[in-house]
Amino acid sequence: MNSVESVCVAGLVAIVQIGAVLVGGPLLLGVMRKVRSRLEGRRGAPIHQPLLDLRKLITKQRLRPFEASWVFGFGPVILVATVAAVAAISPLATTRPPLGQSSDFFAIIFVLLLGSVFLALGALDTGTPFGGMGSSRAMTVGALAEPALLVAILAMSIPAHTSNLPALVRIGLAHPVVIASPARLLALGSFLVVILAESGRLPVDNPSTHLELTMIHEAMVLEYAGPDLGLTMLGESMRLVLLLGLLVNLLVPWGVADRPGALAFVIGLVALVGKVLLAGVAIAVFEVFSAKLRLFRLPELLAGGFILAVLGAVTAVVSR
Amino acid sequence: MSSSPFASLLEIAAGLVIVCAVVTLWRRSLSAIVKTLAVQGVALGAVALILGLHQHDGVLVGVACLIIAAKGAVIPTLLARVLARDPRSRESTPLVNVPASLVGAGALTVLAYSATRPVVALVATTAGQLIPLGLATMLIGFFSMIVRRKAISQIVGLLLVDNGIALVAFLATAGVPLLVELGASLDVLLVVVVLRVLAAQLWSRFGVFDLDQLRELRD
Repeated sequence: MNSVESVCVAGLVAIVQIGAVLVGGPLLLGVMRKVRSRLEGRRGAPIHQPLLDLRKLITKQRLRPFEASWVFGFGPVILVATVAAVAAISPLATTRPPLGQSSDFFAIIFVLLLGSVFLALGALDTGTPFGGMGSSRAMTVGALAEPALLVAILAMSIPAHTSNLPALVRIGLAHPVVIASPARLLALGSFLVVILAESGRLPVDNPSTHLELTMIHEAMVLEYAGPDLGLTMLGESMRLVLLLGLLVNLLVPWGVADRPGALAFVIGLVALVGKVLLAGVAIAVFEVFSAKLRLFRLPELLAGGFILAVLGAVTAVVSR
Repeated sequence: MSSSPFASLLEIAAGLVIVCAVVTLWRRSLSAIVKTLAVQGVALGAVALILGLHQHDGVLVGVACLIIAAKGAVIPTLLARVLARDPRSRESTPLVNVPASLVGAGALTVLAYSATRPVVALVATTAGQLIPLGLATMLIGFFSMIVRRKAISQIVGLLLVDNGIALVAFLATAGVPLLVELGASLDVLLVVVVLRVLAAQLWSRFGVFDLDQLRELRD
């Protein structure tokens, strides 16, 4: 295979992965809302409703607060851009994504954090009390979730001797015993807690409420309207689908394409959609049966996630 | 890194024991704590069962069934019957708050690992490498007994210590003789019954399970 052709293939893989996350994010949100409303005895909006919402928001007039600076407009753009960049180089449908050698787990997490930080800065930018409140809460949750995530990645990296994400998935594929090791399982449990916290899902934040005393994420994006709000929604849903995609590929890597070739890639894509869909439905069912934690109880949940990661890391160090 | 399904299963079962110990510190609802204890009993039995099946040791398999019955069913049922008087009771004000005690549990685990380093170096098998988990469970049990105030939580702490000791025994020596195991189990069962009576007395006298209410001894 000559170099021009391989560059084209790599670009195609990146575009397909970005496209899958781009369309899959809103659709997963729709599916989760549908499952939730069905279980609650409602009929619920159609699954593609978030896409329709997005179309409506994107075509609206751009409206920004008078005092807002460039940071305000930058927030949603950076959120979507970072998620798209990570989606391109992550092992989602194939274990050999373009620039795969640079998709280090730690680096990816920090790139994703850049989006959250800019969103928080954008919310602070207008100087409204709600934005500041939402930002401070989101950053508190983030600061508590971050150590758990870093230790969890450490726990996964020690047995594999690498923190390169495609390599972690490949090792799981080659040696299923590694996945069944307590280090990997505990770390993934911790990762799940962090995903729920970072994407504002139920025990941490209620995504369907606008009650000002309890909300975290919705308070942050309260000032956004029109295309900016659309981008924020899109970025958040894309991040959820991306993180879930990484989680399922680390937990059950089977189906992901390990060989070059169009057929393997398509199978990997279908497997990815199925696995993420299952994970999303499971989270939605869990949300029906759980209530939002009080803000002051959140450290307990996240400390629990942290301790799972620490146990995983300690186990990994000893059974190395 | 583990290499065989046997080692992997053993690691998961032993890992479940310590995770359950941590979860008892994490949860506040006493009934959830008792349920977690039942899961831990089953996990402990699974460790013995896996070891017994791997070594073709019939006695060990019998002991495993005994443990699953006693620690997974009988003792939790006894505790649950005490709790039935006040099903919504919670460990509301532990001396150390929950996040701090979770971090403490992490520190105790690290301590257990560093303290058992010479032992682990001595035993080359997978089971031997898991000995620190038993010690960590034991330390977390002690910790739970120190910082928790309700009578039920104290019993749970004691049972955590016992489970930790049993885990170390299984992993280090591939099972103690049946008679010793029977004696230890009956001993713990007796302690649980006594503490259960104490908790019931506390409840009927004061309407709480809180041991801090016991300021002085009277006849």
